[in-house]
Amino acid sequence: MIPELGHFALVLALVLAVVQAVVPMVGASRNRFALMAVGRPAAQGQFFFILVSYVCLTWAFIQSDFSVQLAASNSHSATPLMYKITGVWGNHEGSLLLWAMSLSLWTVAVTVFSRHLPEAFVARVLGVLGWVSVGFLSFLLVTSNPFDRLLPAVGEGRDLNPLLQDPGMIIHPPLLYMGYVGFSVAFAFAIAALLTGRLDAAWARWSRPWTTVAWVFLTAGIAVGSGWAYYELGWGGWWFWDPVENASFMPWLLGTALMHSLAVTEKRGAFRSWTVLLAISAFSLSLLGTFIVRSGVITSVHAFATDPKRGLFILALLVIVIGVSLLLYAWRAPKLGGGGSFSLVSRETSLLGNNVLLSVASASVLLGTMYPLFLDALGMGKISVGPPYFEAVFIPLMTPVVVLMMFGPFLRWKDDDLTAAVRKVAPAFVASVLIGLGTAYAVDHVTWRTVLGLALAAWVVLASLQLLAGRITERAGASMGTRLRSITASWWGMWLAHLGVGVFIIGVTLVGSLDASLDVKMQDGQRAELAGYTFTFRGVQDADGPNYDAARATIDVTRDDRAIATLTPEKRMYLAQGMPMTEASIDIGPFRDVYVSLGEQIEDGTWIVSLYYKPFISWIWLGCTLMGLGGVFAAADRRYRRLAARDATVAANQRVA
Amino acid sequence: MKARSKRLMLVGGGVALLVAAVALVLSAFQQNLVFFHTPSEVAEGKAPTGKTFRVGGMVEEGSIKREADGLTVSFAITDTAKVIPVSYRGTLPDLFKEGKGAVVQGKLEADGTFRATEVLAKHDENYMPPEAAHAVEQASKAAATVSQ
Repeated sequence: MIPELGHFALVLALVLAVVQAVVPMVGASRNRFALMAVGRPAAQGQFFFILVSYVCLTWAFIQSDFSVQLAASNSHSATPLMYKITGVWGNHEGSLLLWAMSLSLWTVAVTVFSRHLPEAFVARVLGVLGWVSVGFLSFLLVTSNPFDRLLPAVGEGRDLNPLLQDPGMIIHPPLLYMGYVGFSVAFAFAIAALLTGRLDAAWARWSRPWTTVAWVFLTAGIAVGSGWAYYELGWGGWWFWDPVENASFMPWLLGTALMHSLAVTEKRGAFRSWTVLLAISAFSLSLLGTFIVRSGVITSVHAFATDPKRGLFILALLVIVIGVSLLLYAWRAPKLGGGGSFSLVSRETSLLGNNVLLSVASASVLLGTMYPLFLDALGMGKISVGPPYFEAVFIPLMTPVVVLMMFGPFLRWKDDDLTAAVRKVAPAFVASVLIGLGTAYAVDHVTWRTVLGLALAAWVVLASLQLLAGRITERAGASMGTRLRSITASWWGMWLAHLGVGVFIIGVTLVGSLDASLDVKMQDGQRAELAGYTFTFRGVQDADGPNYDAARATIDVTRDDRAIATLTPEKRMYLAQGMPMTEASIDIGPFRDVYVSLGEQIEDGTWIVSLYYKPFISWIWLGCTLMGLGGVFAAADRRYRRLAARDATVAANQRVA
Repeated sequence: MKARSKRLMLVGGGVALLVAAVALVLSAFQQNLVFFHTPSEVAEGKAPTGKTFRVGGMVEEGSIKREADGLTVSFAITDTAKVIPVSYRGTLPDLFKEGKGAVVQGKLEADGTFRATEVLAKHDENYMPPEAAHAVEQASKAAATVSQ
């Protein structure tokens, strides 16, 4: 009964999505306020029904209702409650329902936070979001109904993939989806603006906080996913250039470009066509990501289903979205006009340069991810493109991006003097190169990569400090408090996010150059040395969990006879699927992680143990956190609220008139 | 400088940047492609020596052996028609098992042994790496043609 209720609620949500897609659009084109006003309640009602549907599905998982196919394949009566709940999205159908729910949540947010916008514009935005929702809800109902019954019901479920039974998995998918789907709002704003032909500074200002918040979610989602891979896959890697990671990284790169391009459009009116194109592309890549991840075309932990019908459906959806929006773009863009002019040496130019580079980087990931799939689909052989390609591309592409990223803020909008600007940053730049060389020499690892990475990181940190000092001394005579208060939240956001990039580079460079690992055979009392740490094996005990059996090793870690940590890596056997799992044990520190994972038992009491020393790896996630925090600051800037109040008066006057 | 020539420089600079970046991407792409071969192709000598490539298939029953150091593992990958001996030093994926699908990446030695630097296995019980499934399918097709 409950599953049927969920199914029915989903159908009702689709009906409301159709209403939301059609009625406000018609209202906007005929200028009928009554019709436009339908958008908000339709979107909110749709969210209500999707939520009901989602709760019903979760209920089937919690109750271990194994007459529901999805619960039977992805849950087990002994699974801990937490993983019963998260198991709902640990599969194709459930994760699509989560996708649809995030979209609906974003739409509701638009209905709430858009009171200050012109009614016709909001109607169009909601209409576009409605169409996207129609696409996904019909995809769910037609090809991937999560409420399919299994008749006769089975007595016991097959349990959730053990890799996904992890706290990281509780937050990774929702964060990532909020990010992915969040770009649909920027997309809807862009399409609505194209429809009205009004792409101005106001439109850019309205889009900015939405884009930034979506980007923050995506950043957090990717960082959590990378952290999960690091401790869960058991060999200490944090990024694999796996197609699924790439699927989230491509919209991230374009989203980053879009945020910056929107800033230029708002402040200077320039880059309008480019901004619109980025908004369309970022969302298209989010859809493409969904296609890659959900169609089963790739070998990955994320590839749940291999039903070709589903792949085709998403592909068709993708073609429609890209096709229609590009047509609209081709039709409208020539009328948009250029916007503010700027000279060769200006902040605009530096932002444009980075925009181009980020787009090329995104395209290079697209090439490396999609080309093997194309060849395969055309029957022209199987190839793979691994990390060496992406590394060969990313280092040269991102180096100028990072240099420009810190140089740009020193330039004035519109026009500046190159010699003066270069003279301003030259000391920091030279110092960075020296620091890069010196540090690489100090850690005894002088390779061009290490030197480059450290120099770039030093450049980011030094230039950030110089920028802050410049900002503080700008208002001579005022007290320190006044000076600090005069700095806007969005400026702090920019500063923090850019500093985060520097911190991230430090982590990537040092863990890349200085990490060490060792695979050893160990038995009770035996020792092994790695990077100055001594690992003593203290035997293995049973440590069975609710739905698995486990062998847990105890390993004492010491350094110069000082106790550092006792690590307890496990080898688990999940009973329902008979699937073994390695559970690593990590001593996390600010400057290094010590990471141990337990391999196989090769004879009685002798185990293979993998030891890893990971210097500065936490800085990778610290950097991502700073970037995300920067985004939060930028989106929370008071200016948006102040100007929203002004827009609201304008919109209200329009309604009266 | 006139506005027009400034604009020209801006566009020209942008295009030059773009061309350089695209050239970089394409050359890196060409140098780092990893091709896939089935065990039958390797046995027929169609696979390159001294260059990294991938082989996929099933891990042959009874073929997994540990060397005396306990860390180096040897096993055989088969597409049911031909068998390729593989040697690998390192940690094997949890789901690496005899009779199950696996993909190995590495180089072919002069003695015909495949020295793997990476071993990929499936991610859950009923999921088979597409490359492995492909190799077995090719071999069974070839067998069908021969028997006709």
